[in-house]
Amino acid sequence: MSDATQDGPMLAADGRPLKRSLARALRAQKLRALMLIAPLLIFILVTFIAPIVDMLFRSVENQIVSETLPRTVVALDEWDPSDVPEDDVYAALALDFYAATERREHTRLGSRLNYETTGMSSLFRKTGRGVDDIGEIYTDQFVDLNERWEDPLFWLPLVSDSGWLSSRPAEGEDRPLSLFRIDAEFEASFPRAAEAYETFARTIQQTDGDDPAEEEPWHLVYAALYHDLMAIHESGAGAEGLGRFDGPVFVEALEAVPGFETQSYRAAFEDIDEDWLDLEVWGTIEAFSDPFTAGYFLSSVDLQLTPQGIEAQPEDQRLYLLLFWRTLFMSGVITISCILLGYPIAYLLSNLPTRTSNLLLILVLLPFWTSLLVRTSAWKVLLQQQGVINDILVWIGLVADDSRLALINNQTGTIIAMTHILLPFMILPMFSVMKTIPPSYVRAAKSLGATNWTAFWRVYFPQSIPGIGAGCILVFILAIGYYITPELVGGRTGTFISNRIAFHISSSLNWGLAAALGSILLAVVLVLYWLYDRIVGIDNVKLG
Amino acid sequence: MKIKSLMLLTTGAALATTGAMADGHMAGSMTLVSWGGAYQISQQRAYSEPYAEMHEGLEVIWDESSAEAVARLRAMNEAGNITWDLVDVVAADAMRLCDEGLAMEIDHDEVLAPAPDGTPASEDFGEFIVSDCFIPQIVYSTTFGYRNDVAEWNGAEPDSVCAVFDTETFPGQRSLERRPIANLEWALICDGVAIEDVYDTLETEEGLDRAFAMLDTIKDQTVWWSAGADTPQLLADGEVVIGSTYNGRLFSLIEEQGQPVNMLWDWQMFDLDGWIIPAGLPEDRLARTLDFVRFATDTQRLADQALYISYGPTRASSAPLVGNHADLGIAMAPHMPTDPANSENTFLFNYEWWADYRDDMDARFQAWLAQ
Repeated sequence: MSDATQDGPMLAADGRPLKRSLARALRAQKLRALMLIAPLLIFILVTFIAPIVDMLFRSVENQIVSETLPRTVVALDEWDPSDVPEDDVYAALALDFYAATERREHTRLGSRLNYETTGMSSLFRKTGRGVDDIGEIYTDQFVDLNERWEDPLFWLPLVSDSGWLSSRPAEGEDRPLSLFRIDAEFEASFPRAAEAYETFARTIQQTDGDDPAEEEPWHLVYAALYHDLMAIHESGAGAEGLGRFDGPVFVEALEAVPGFETQSYRAAFEDIDEDWLDLEVWGTIEAFSDPFTAGYFLSSVDLQLTPQGIEAQPEDQRLYLLLFWRTLFMSGVITISCILLGYPIAYLLSNLPTRTSNLLLILVLLPFWTSLLVRTSAWKVLLQQQGVINDILVWIGLVADDSRLALINNQTGTIIAMTHILLPFMILPMFSVMKTIPPSYVRAAKSLGATNWTAFWRVYFPQSIPGIGAGCILVFILAIGYYITPELVGGRTGTFISNRIAFHISSSLNWGLAAALGSILLAVVLVLYWLYDRIVGIDNVKLG
Repeated sequence: MKIKSLMLLTTGAALATTGAMADGHMAGSMTLVSWGGAYQISQQRAYSEPYAEMHEGLEVIWDESSAEAVARLRAMNEAGNITWDLVDVVAADAMRLCDEGLAMEIDHDEVLAPAPDGTPASEDFGEFIVSDCFIPQIVYSTTFGYRNDVAEWNGAEPDSVCAVFDTETFPGQRSLERRPIANLEWALICDGVAIEDVYDTLETEEGLDRAFAMLDTIKDQTVWWSAGADTPQLLADGEVVIGSTYNGRLFSLIEEQGQPVNMLWDWQMFDLDGWIIPAGLPEDRLARTLDFVRFATDTQRLADQALYISYGPTRASSAPLVGNHADLGIAMAPHMPTDPANSENTFLFNYEWWADYRDDMDARFQAWLAQ
């Protein structure tokens, strides 16, 4: 046949190359498979992966500084850290602070920076209360000059873009006001005042839904206008260009400004709190002005970011490395005690007749059906110094009445309680693996002359290792992340890193630090998993 | 639309003032957040049960999440879905929530009922209104209880907070809260620092070292608690011989459970607890909440709460109305932290100071504990 001798790709019945046809069929199959698992995949992505990623992102996120003080951060670029910033930095800070207080974001920023430098929190709160007065001195003088300066409606036509002005809803019309736009011409003549007014108008619109036509501009707008007018005055440009802006009022102001009483922005901030002249305060703002920070990760390993670079925490504040180490160590101890206790039980269960072993298995599973809190509280009752176990020990004369053992509120308590709670996770995989080991192997070894011990150690035990591996990895990883039990029975020496994470999430609200600690914990688990795979081999793990 | 709802609102208000309750514009359920335990039960019995009786069909849901209120409200705010209507918090948390704009600012005289003699609410509550968002309910204190049957003490009885640090005269386990607040202050007072210098001393490195050195002397003999119920339980079990907790918990341990425990009022740490209204509630839920708050914080209701728990009402006009315990029939006034006999030595937290130093102190305290 001619087909057999044909050069080129083999063709399917419809004339397409067979290879492509096959790929298409496979693709369709894969797509079908994907569609079948799509609901689960989407569910996991939306409810599990995405929140975790979002939370982990907080460990490096630091946008709060540049978002709350955008102008200050830019103005600080030029700053020489050995001296107090120039007045224009303080002017930027004033405008940022006005807007931040209106949006009530300054305290949140204060708390954020307080993690780095003590006192920032109260400095920001105090400044938030006092910032409203900055620039008042100029407002008063403008109003003394002409009362029209006080009128919001006097300002509005001057500063707003004509397009925005005409889009304003008429009286009684129920239509939302679009976001304020500044007039280009006004902006060109009075850049500082334009920026201040625009910030004012947009902030009050966005935070409270207020209309700039009804609110007096911030004092800061007057201060900015003063500086603009002074600049015009000094450049000698005169009043020619001001005709469009309600001439007489502006001309009058232009003539009057050189005689105004003045106050620098820096002096205004100094009046609120002298700490604004403190280089450490500025150093902190500058050091944390990047939108991303390694600060939380550094804190998580007992280091800190200072304006001078990365330094170790003072000795009496180092905590986290100790806690990480303790968490790993205790999880290891708990895993080992689970193996020691669980192995004989699993062995017994797998060698008993099914009827009996099923009954006993229920006893293993029973704790699963009891609340974790109940089990932990039961240990509190049993283990305390006046508790059942100590009482029994005293009664049988093992310990003296005045030297009862401290079994709870310390490491011992955590290890005992968590071993009990995690034991089923060790027994079940071991049991299911041991169940599959044919008893004939051990019998064969014995018939060939092996002692009981040799038969167990050389024949039985190696076959049960996959069960131990599965149990270890389950128990160890569960133990690393536990926090309820250590919180209740751990006292001061038996708590885990997760207890600190929980503390930072719900009490201190330092979510960034909590996220960094969590990320490190996650990384540790992944590294251990990788090591485990290299040493034991994850293929050796069997759950049944 | 806007005018219509405005009209509805004013009609509602008019109806409310004339006494005909306009349930129409109020939500049919409300979620109140508190601390659980005996304290929440006292609120239920004094406030929400009588209120629910007056409003048929109203569903009152209690949530015991006050310990995490700030974190949860912040998260709700970020998610844009406020599910709580009224939250019970301590004064420091109320200040924080108010500063961040998570709690609603209120005009106390407008929202709260005046005293029976017509005194406006702001005067009746007086200095207890520590923040524009805070509606005070009770004054409580963190103080000490001790077992009165310890043989090793040879009949000695603690009469000052410094007994906690005196392991010679008063041997045995102690229990203290697992956080620096209050512990550092007590340590310094017992190390001989004058009460007015406590915070100035803590601010210096040497002063802080001094406080920790004092705590070092009892570090290993102390159970560090994190839940208010721990100390009463430990005292009842005989695990500890002296421990700090909230005075109401000790009251219930001593008077209701009859345990061999006595109170120690020396240098009790005063604190306030009250309501805040989350910012951004929809109109109908806000109307319901405001109506409830007005009812639950009037003079009689605040005095009623003291029938169930030994926390002092924050209204001056409520104090004379405090009667006998609802179930035990004993007079409650002598068990209040504000009673003159109990409040000879009282300590007021410096909220401002703690707001600044909280993070530093906590880091240092936890590191100290772990080492």
